[in-house]
Amino acid sequence: MSLSATTAPPSHVPPPPEDAPRRRGHLLNRLDLKYSPYLYIAPFFVLFGIFGLYPMLRTAWMSLHDWDMIGDRSFIGIDNYTELIADEYFWNALINTFGIFALSTVPQILLALFLANLLNRTLLRAKTFFRMAIFVPNVVSVAAVAIVFGMLFQREFGVVNWLLSFVGVDQVDWDGQRWSSWTAIATMVNWRWTGYNTLILLAGMQAIPKDLYEAASIDGAGPWRQFWQITIPMVRPTLIFVVILSTIGGMQLFTEPLLFGNGRIIGGDQREFQTLAMYMYEKGIENLNTAGYGAAVAWAIFMIIVLMSLLNFLLVRRSAK
Amino acid sequence: MISASQRLWRTSPLTYLALVLAALFSIYPFYYMVVIGTRSLDSINDVPPPVTPGGAFGANFGRVLDNDAANFLTGLMNSIIVSSVVTISVVLTGSLAGFAFAKLRFRGRNILLLAIVVTMMIPTQMGIIPLWGMMQSLGWYDTLFAVTVPFLVSAFGVFMMRQYAAQAISDELIEAGRVDGASTFRIYWNIVLPALRPAAAVLGLLTFMETWNSFLWPYAILTPENPTLQVSLSFLSYAYYTDYSQVFAATAVGTLPLVLVFIVFGRQIIGGIMEGAVKS
Repeated sequence: MSLSATTAPPSHVPPPPEDAPRRRGHLLNRLDLKYSPYLYIAPFFVLFGIFGLYPMLRTAWMSLHDWDMIGDRSFIGIDNYTELIADEYFWNALINTFGIFALSTVPQILLALFLANLLNRTLLRAKTFFRMAIFVPNVVSVAAVAIVFGMLFQREFGVVNWLLSFVGVDQVDWDGQRWSSWTAIATMVNWRWTGYNTLILLAGMQAIPKDLYEAASIDGAGPWRQFWQITIPMVRPTLIFVVILSTIGGMQLFTEPLLFGNGRIIGGDQREFQTLAMYMYEKGIENLNTAGYGAAVAWAIFMIIVLMSLLNFLLVRRSAK
Repeated sequence: MISASQRLWRTSPLTYLALVLAALFSIYPFYYMVVIGTRSLDSINDVPPPVTPGGAFGANFGRVLDNDAANFLTGLMNSIIVSSVVTISVVLTGSLAGFAFAKLRFRGRNILLLAIVVTMMIPTQMGIIPLWGMMQSLGWYDTLFAVTVPFLVSAFGVFMMRQYAAQAISDELIEAGRVDGASTFRIYWNIVLPALRPAAAVLGLLTFMETWNSFLWPYAILTPENPTLQVSLSFLSYAYYTDYSQVFAATAVGTLPLVLVFIVFGRQIIGGIMEGAVKS
């Protein structure tokens, strides 16, 4: 249904206009050539301007106010930000976000590199099957992932605790402590995104000329050495892309911890797994009278994303030398 | 005789073992979803955990439908409407703008294209607080407009269609249309759009999946009375967290359509994602 518009058969181009309206046709033609490109790109810029760019800028403006969404507002300069720096719940959310981010990004990218390297063998059988099987978690909604994994990590009858009982680990109360809730949430993120990153890295690996490897193997370099000396340096641009993408996603993590904590915006009894995005939501939308403060949290997240992306970029670039 | 390159790329059984394990790990949660969703509630407590599907899906899903708190069917219908409208719009506006950027000459073309690439990097989710206020003043709170209109265009869509149009459509084809006296829009509709079909299909599939699965914004602006599917699922899971069979039956129903679409079109989707990665 959604594609019906694109499947219309190409009908024949109309015959050239008759002689009589030719002069008017000329003018229309010139206008068409000159201005229609702007008409075609206008929908994007208009809608993005209204619903994408404007709210971002307005967030910055709101963050300089004591702003009640359904009441008064007054300009207070950077007071929200000074308050933010002293706010222990903000720091708590920051630590949680980075903790979950580290537990998800590092293993995820290592695993994706490993799997992409395996999938990159030219003689591999059932290639398409393996690619699809590894990618399919990305098709599932975050809400569904959180529901299913919430059950797998359930204390009394969850599959994870049942498996752990074989190696002598007592029932873990996954949502009761910091490290355990971080692990459970990071597992959801890893499950959903490893396959996606694997495919992106695989695409990068396939762009590496094969004769590089042949030359290396004639020189007696083994597979391990080839991986470190050829594959890794050559996929570095793709790796930067993957890391930056994971950073943008990781800093905005919201749904997994929200549903893991049964919808409580504070994420666990003692805020053990409240992330920055959840804190923004708590201040800006759940409590409408602190919308200005919520906007300051949003803008702080944005600045963190920009800084982290720059840092990634510099680190990866420096390690290239 | 095997050549040097074949020896180099030979696949060992260990490779297959690792890949099969990864595939199992990917697929198991789906299977588990089906197992719990088709069993009656008491088998959840079994040790070891149940491994085969049961026959209670009808009863479980019946409880979902009777459930007034989550409005599952409304959510399903809303998700179908919103995802379809957004998909059609993103494909049409994306191909129109992509065609303009790839094949038409106009002042400011390069800088505007650069602007689009930059906007792809902006986490617009961080603008939801004022957006929420905007929706209130427009009277769109708890309506489908709120979850549809802001997403009718996509920077990724424009960029992807531009990349495809640049290499798939020859300038001669467009010149031929012009010589025949066709307007620019006619050239787009009759020549360009049909030629963009493969990329449009991938963009459409990706957009549909993304819209179907989006959560934070619909959760902020919709209520349980008029939810999307994901919002409905979340309220179901809060309210009935002890009735796992019911929640899992609903989750399976909300997930499996996309999985089926993926099984049918997976090759194209994967191809699209990998091509996009190399270009960007």
